[in-house]
Amino acid sequence: MTDLFADLPAEATGPLRARLAAAAAQRGLLDVAYRTLDSPLGSLLLAATPAGLVTIAYAVQDHDAVLASLATRISPRVIRTGLGLDETARQIDEYFAGRRHTFDTPIDLQLARGFRRTVLQHLRQVGYGTTTSYAGLAAAAGSPNAVRAVGTACATNPLPIVLPCHRVIRSDGSPGHYVGGDAAKTALLALETSQETR
Amino acid sequence: MTSAPRPAPPPRPAADRPGADAPRPPFDQLISDHGAVVLRVCRAVCGPIEADDAWQETFLSALEAYPRLAPCSDPRGWLITIAHRKAIDQHRRAQRIPEPRAELPDIPTGHGIPGDDRRQQAADLWAAVATLPFKQRAAVAYHHLAGLPYAAVGELIGCSEPAARRSAADGVAALRARYRGALA
Repeated sequence: MTDLFADLPAEATGPLRARLAAAAAQRGLLDVAYRTLDSPLGSLLLAATPAGLVTIAYAVQDHDAVLASLATRISPRVIRTGLGLDETARQIDEYFAGRRHTFDTPIDLQLARGFRRTVLQHLRQVGYGTTTSYAGLAAAAGSPNAVRAVGTACATNPLPIVLPCHRVIRSDGSPGHYVGGDAAKTALLALETSQETR
Repeated sequence: MTSAPRPAPPPRPAADRPGADAPRPPFDQLISDHGAVVLRVCRAVCGPIEADDAWQETFLSALEAYPRLAPCSDPRGWLITIAHRKAIDQHRRAQRIPEPRAELPDIPTGHGIPGDDRRQQAADLWAAVATLPFKQRAAVAYHHLAGLPYAAVGELIGCSEPAARRSAADGVAALRARYRGALA
């Protein structure tokens, strides 16, 4: 190797990447867009397909692992960009600031199938500042005996916060587990209670 | 993740073979890992002005083909192969305008902004690379910037391994003669 190129300054590819993402979207090649968002509960990974928001992941879920999974399950055409995600990020910011109680971002539920998907769709009816039990959600989803399956659906919810699985608690009133960690669930419930009683 | 026994993987990336079931990393990983190197290669082979467009075209083509890329292949070699095709297209377009080749011009040294010497040096270096014949600058870029072995370089530019080695050596010698910044 020659030393001729040893002192070249680092190449800044940032503007090129932004341009590439825009061109990819225009040509229908942006199968999965993602960005991160700093939140009071740590860094959140947001990912979207052209159909809508497809994943929200907490740092404890390992963002690299989540991205690898999206590449396998949806498409390897995964690009970091705010395109199609910045508005969602703004809404989540507002939610954490207590200024937003519902989300009106399009969602893509392709990562949830069958009964799990049905359960997730019913989550939207559990309003801000309220809670339901796993048994209650099972009944609402039309399968009152499928309490364990409801628990699994919540545990594998690809869109926590936007699909509020944190509002599903145990019948004894204790919060139960959460995809973002039990402390995150308690924090979200506390946030919503404090806003609701204002 | 089992697959039927296959003969040894081909030495060159097979871009258009239907992909196996093995997972591919997110495309963004390729941009992070190889984007800067590909940009340098584009600067060297396509010239500083065309480099950005060549980079865009390279990564857009790569993105389009990525789901079909054989998972075992070497992504950097694959990207450089695509960049090379873009460079050839661009080179052919440029050749329609006759290029003065008889007398090589002196490389403008420019007046570096104080504290920005490296940037100026880099601009001078790219200008010097641009004066090399296409084959030499391609050989220099693919071996010295992208790190491809000479056998792969030869396959890309259509010559034998020793010829690729010679092209790169001639290119580096010419750069040393014309570009004084790196030696200062």
